Amino acid sequence: MTSIFNTLSHYFTFPFVRYALIVGVLVALCSSLLGVVLVLKRYSHIGDGLAHVAFGAMGVATALRLANQTVLVLPLTMACAVVLLWNSQHAKIKGDAAIAMMSVSAMAIGYLLLNLSPSSSNISGDVCTTLFGSTSILTLTPTKVWLSMGLSLTVVAVFVLFYNRIFAITFDEGFAAATGLNTRFYNLLVALIVATVVVLAMDLVGSLLTSALIIFPALSVMRVLRSFKSVVIASVALSVFCAALGIILSILLGTPVGATIVVVYIAVFLLFSLAGLFLGRTRR
Amino acid sequence: MPQLTCDRLTLGYEGRIVSADVSFTVEAGDYVCIVGENGSGKSTLVKAILNLKPPMAGKVMLGDGLTRGDIGYLPQQTAAQRDFPASVREIVLSGCLNRIGHRPFFGQAQRQRATENMRRLQVDDLARRCFAELSGGQQHRVMLARALCATDRLLVLDEPASGLDPQITDEMYRLIKELNQSGLTIIMVSHDTQAALRDASHILHLGNTPLFWGTAREYEQSDIGRVYLNRKAVEA
Repeated sequence: MTSIFNTLSHYFTFPFVRYALIVGVLVALCSSLLGVVLVLKRYSHIGDGLAHVAFGAMGVATALRLANQTVLVLPLTMACAVVLLWNSQHAKIKGDAAIAMMSVSAMAIGYLLLNLSPSSSNISGDVCTTLFGSTSILTLTPTKVWLSMGLSLTVVAVFVLFYNRIFAITFDEGFAAATGLNTRFYNLLVALIVATVVVLAMDLVGSLLTSALIIFPALSVMRVLRSFKSVVIASVALSVFCAALGIILSILLGTPVGATIVVVYIAVFLLFSLAGLFLGRTRR
Repeated sequence: MPQLTCDRLTLGYEGRIVSADVSFTVEAGDYVCIVGENGSGKSTLVKAILNLKPPMAGKVMLGDGLTRGDIGYLPQQTAAQRDFPASVREIVLSGCLNRIGHRPFFGQAQRQRATENMRRLQVDDLARRCFAELSGGQQHRVMLARALCATDRLLVLDEPASGLDPQITDEMYRLIKELNQSGLTIIMVSHDTQAALRDASHILHLGNTPLFWGTAREYEQSDIGRVYLNRKAVEA
């Protein structure tokens, strides 16, 4: 035990480890907030689709040799989020097909650009990092840390300020619109923060594992809790705990950060499912 | 001045017209019942009235100082709500959203209003329970309490009795009648013509043509009314 503590305190003397923990916890917090809404609105796959889009955008940014990739990746992902959520309302190509189409296109274009215009000799290493986030969380620059903190705080502030309206459009959009709520605006707002969270989460777990951060906390606590507010609060708490634990474990065991966090989420989900069974609260 | 005016509406979906030239006005205190066969555009009309989906042609106008924020709505239940983790209080309170303007949170007045409406519909002892775990009748009363939080003036109900057993259905109609007598304007879509004729002041019969719009008594005397009522009686 003492040796684990010593190892950890040794690691935490390095700024990049502290950055990783700060950003990791913030990202987990934001994505679990959004996750509750996405899971309940049956939009879980949108997070996944957008993460692929963000990968494509990252490819474009790399090919363009941008020093700060977020300035390109964030707006592009936001644009796709708006198109997808918009499309799910008046669809020519149905929602799930549109998402599938957009995500494979983005993946292909991103990978192609990375190969055509390699920024380093180790392309497959770069791609692997972007997909699974193996090391990018440990190479954060102070600018990126501040940016992540700013974006996370914005997401949390928006969520808190519009909490009641977000509940209304999640529970019953028809009623909310009928009684005068501008549901279009709030759907747009949700789309924009989903995009922001996805871009943030990519550094932590990589684009393939991003949707785990979004869906697992909400799905886990919904096994046992039965009010919206309690689900939101518990998701956030659980997510912060899992992310911190995942990061610490990955340091101690030398495993990839993203995959370790996701495995922690899976274990916790199984625990909550069991607890749900014991409490007799399985889905009918 | 009428609270609601529908002017020559064309109703339909997926490009197909099901009811054309639908015109009527609703005055404060009216109890309007919309009847007609399945697929005659009843729910489409409700969506047009609620501004959820514009009609294919024609106009819906609010009058008498009524705004979108003065309308309450009891939707037909959707599948998405059935496993939603939300307490009864959270749901009823969300009906007060059109009363807080641009403020982010509910105040004492809205909490009070939610409590009163829960009491009125006898769901106040369920306030902390999860909506998904309630019986069908209880869920209906919760949705009605939410609708009442949103309005003191005009309540729109889409098939309020669908999926309820007969005893609860009767109770539901009695409640709606009471609300109407306390001054609330009611616009209701219903399959149940018996109840419609008993309680409603006006009937709108949708269908290809002819349409009917008039008081409940006139409807009983009209050709279309007699045909429809007879058929319904035979079915029952």
